[in-house]
Amino acid sequence: MEDKEEKILETEERPVELHTIKKEKLQFQRFTRLNRVLHILMIVSFISLALTGMTLKFSYTGWAVFLSHLLGGFESAGYIHRFFAFVMVSVFITHLIDLFKMKRREKKTLRQLIFSPDSMMFNKKDVKDIIGTLKWFIGMGERPHYGRWTYWEKFDYFAVFWGIFVIGSTGLTLWFPETMTSILPGWFINVATIIHSDEALLATGFIFTVHFFNTHLRPEKFPMDIVIFSGRTSLAEYKIDRPAEYKELLDSGRLEDFLVEPYPPIVIRAIKVFGWIALSLGFSIIVWIIYAMIFAYR
Amino acid sequence: MNYRSYGMLNKETIISSFSKLLLFSFLILSGSDAIAQSNDDCLTCHGDNTLTAKKNGKTISVYVNSKELKASVHGDVQCVDCHVDLAKSDFPHKTNVAPAQCGACHDDEQTQYAQGIHGKRIAKGDPLAPRCQTCHGSHNITDIKSQSSAVAPIKIPFLCGSCHREGAPVQVQRKIPESHILENYSESLHGVALLQKGLAVAPNCASCHSPHKILPPSDPQSTIARQNIAATCTKCHAEIETVHRKIIKGKLWEKTPHVLPVCIDCHPPHKIQKVLYEQSVANQDCLNCHGRTNLKSKDGRSMFVDVVQLQNSIHSQVSCSQCHNTVNPSLERPCTGITSKVDCSICHAQEGDQFSSSIHGQLLAKNDPNAPSCEECHGSHHVLSHTNPVSPTFHTNIPSLCAKCHREGEPAAVRYTGKEHDIIHNYVESIHGKGLLKSGLTVTATCTDCHTAHHELPHTDPTSSVNRKNIAATCGRCHYGIEKQLENSVHSPTVTKTDKKLPVCNDCHSAHQISRTDAAGFRLSIMTICGNCHTKYAESYFDTYHGQVSRLGYAKTAKCWDCHGSHDILPVENPDSHLSFQNKVQTCKKCHEGATRQFAGYFTHATHHEPVKYPIMFWTFWGMTGLLVGTFFIAGVHTLLWLPRSIQYRKELKKKLSQGDEDSES
Repeated sequence: MEDKEEKILETEERPVELHTIKKEKLQFQRFTRLNRVLHILMIVSFISLALTGMTLKFSYTGWAVFLSHLLGGFESAGYIHRFFAFVMVSVFITHLIDLFKMKRREKKTLRQLIFSPDSMMFNKKDVKDIIGTLKWFIGMGERPHYGRWTYWEKFDYFAVFWGIFVIGSTGLTLWFPETMTSILPGWFINVATIIHSDEALLATGFIFTVHFFNTHLRPEKFPMDIVIFSGRTSLAEYKIDRPAEYKELLDSGRLEDFLVEPYPPIVIRAIKVFGWIALSLGFSIIVWIIYAMIFAYR
Repeated sequence: MNYRSYGMLNKETIISSFSKLLLFSFLILSGSDAIAQSNDDCLTCHGDNTLTAKKNGKTISVYVNSKELKASVHGDVQCVDCHVDLAKSDFPHKTNVAPAQCGACHDDEQTQYAQGIHGKRIAKGDPLAPRCQTCHGSHNITDIKSQSSAVAPIKIPFLCGSCHREGAPVQVQRKIPESHILENYSESLHGVALLQKGLAVAPNCASCHSPHKILPPSDPQSTIARQNIAATCTKCHAEIETVHRKIIKGKLWEKTPHVLPVCIDCHPPHKIQKVLYEQSVANQDCLNCHGRTNLKSKDGRSMFVDVVQLQNSIHSQVSCSQCHNTVNPSLERPCTGITSKVDCSICHAQEGDQFSSSIHGQLLAKNDPNAPSCEECHGSHHVLSHTNPVSPTFHTNIPSLCAKCHREGEPAAVRYTGKEHDIIHNYVESIHGKGLLKSGLTVTATCTDCHTAHHELPHTDPTSSVNRKNIAATCGRCHYGIEKQLENSVHSPTVTKTDKKLPVCNDCHSAHQISRTDAAGFRLSIMTICGNCHTKYAESYFDTYHGQVSRLGYAKTAKCWDCHGSHDILPVENPDSHLSFQNKVQTCKKCHEGATRQFAGYFTHATHHEPVKYPIMFWTFWGMTGLLVGTFFIAGVHTLLWLPRSIQYRKELKKKLSQGDEDSES
């Protein structure tokens, strides 16, 4: 449902005066500022939730004990967990509000919003892309001409929807067990614990391995792709990476609306530092999970 | 014969003498054909006060004062009744006359005399030994009750003293263990009463030594033999046992004179005084030597006794000789009689019994060099009451006292092979140790409260206060209410009949590391302790939020006993149980204020490993696991396929991008 129809003018980056700057130096902007901020908040809250939650899930490991004490105890960890749960849900709701604002601004119907080619919703092209990708993987075809969003990006996007719903609802049960059991039976707390914990394991496991590989670690992007933080990518790279979208923008003559000046190197360095921290925490969590589940499980 | 019956028997003797006399007269009268010498016949010669005879080469007077004879108890007795060998002889009779035969009438006394030391010496021909007439006189014997009698009580000390006084041949030439007998006696309580106050019932020599069967103390038949002393003294001092109850416990004194001190150990013979010790082996006598700071034994030990210390001790009223009771005042150096260590049990009999059956006593009996004796803990001359704060046995001083041997590295700790280590340190850090030593609570349990003061035994001994069987009772001495709760709980052997080991106090609370039950360390460790037996429940507990938080090391969450209770644990079926249907919600409410019946339906020990007991959880878990595995499988395959292609694509991309640069530059 993310839509690049959104006017670049609304972002903080002013469209550059094309005649003053060489066209080659300009970069293509893929993400709005709000989206980037939301993703950063998402990263911070997600890692915080994972770390605090896993102290309980893997309480039998020394790491959990260490971390729990580092966080100021189980109660403090609990407050952090609930605070970032609130942040994450806020991110989610902000995004939904943003979507509906955009819908109203562009006077689209709900149907148009969902089924436009730039929408996050799966469509026929994704089926073609999946088949094409698999063929490409095994050397039976060219790299498919991916559009605005690839199918794996769409999967990640909806995984968040699923996760927010499943983890959020069970989390609320565990947050307010007395209130919840006025409607639900007592054993639902036990069930909610299992679902909350295992779904969180799935989410962290998936994000810190599959998502990391898909976006950062796959060799052509290695070690990381900072586009989600900077919002910018070089036009040349963009042309090759998302040929379908490039072609469409070129054809409609709107390409220049998305060209922006690159960030100064200091900003890029800051972004990379943040990226490295996030990546390292993610990997640490994976190592911890593997250690806890394979070597320390009792 | 003894003092009390002496007077009585005396009467009997007189009566029997009279009857014998009558019988004898009768026989004489009926046997008229026999030659009968009348007293007048005898006095014809012996009434002459110049009449002498030769005996053993000496000239002796053989005059008989007829007036005295007439006035004597034997006034009506014929001369020949006593001088029986002259009964049938003609006059003037032969000169070598046998001694008068008192035994013809006084046969009991004669037998006793013959068994006594005096009789035996006579039989051996000892010229110093006394005969009947030595004491009783001959023709002038008066009624024993008469003040003029030679054996009147008031005269006896001097009568005996005529031989047994200092310097007399008997005292010099014969082995008499006591010295200054007459002097000592006359100054003693008994002597003063008799001789100065004229109290005829006060004991004289014969009262203790018996009148006729006098025997040395070494003879077991002697009235003054060690085992008979108590019986002899109690003839007069009948109620003395109640006075000395602490020592003799009824008849113990008479039964065990070899263990207990007998009368004369404290009240030396012949010197008996009200203020007895000054006159006995007085402390001052001992301190003449032992008051010297440089006094050393042959093996170099200091033999100095600090008199100030002694006077400040609990034994300030006890004389040296009461403890060093083998001291012998009749020896030149009385203390040479001391050959063994002080046996405190002569007074402290109960403690002595307990100690000798304790491990300390057992080891001491085996001559273990490290085994403590009384002295080790109580000190010797400076023994203080355990209620005195400076005493080593004062409540707060006991841990450091026991530490002398039981501290890690000290002999007792080295010898010990059990599991309890670092006990002194652990105790000091324990709730009891802190209560006693930091808060100064003298009622707090110290070593001896659990292990007893004198009856310490290893916990393996069934009679030990710290044996599994007795632990609850031992702790219950202070924690009575808890013991009662435990007694009715599921952990009590009276409630649960099982072969398995039921927990006792120290299984959960430990022995020397007992901590406050609200301390985090204890709250956390208790789960492991419960888990030692309730393995499955402990494991499933750790699958829940409560368990996870606990495992992270935080105590502020429900632990076993927050729900189950501690000493009052009951089966869930019991309505009084904390977890019975009636009480469960209330129990949850202790932490979860808003708890409802529905909320209490939470499975506190649920695990997803039991499909039968917890099917919903089991299937939820496997559902989630399926989702997880499925997702990762698809994503994993996708990624693995992508990886080699991506490596290749990286190169292609680089080439394309550099081409693009060239294009744009050209």
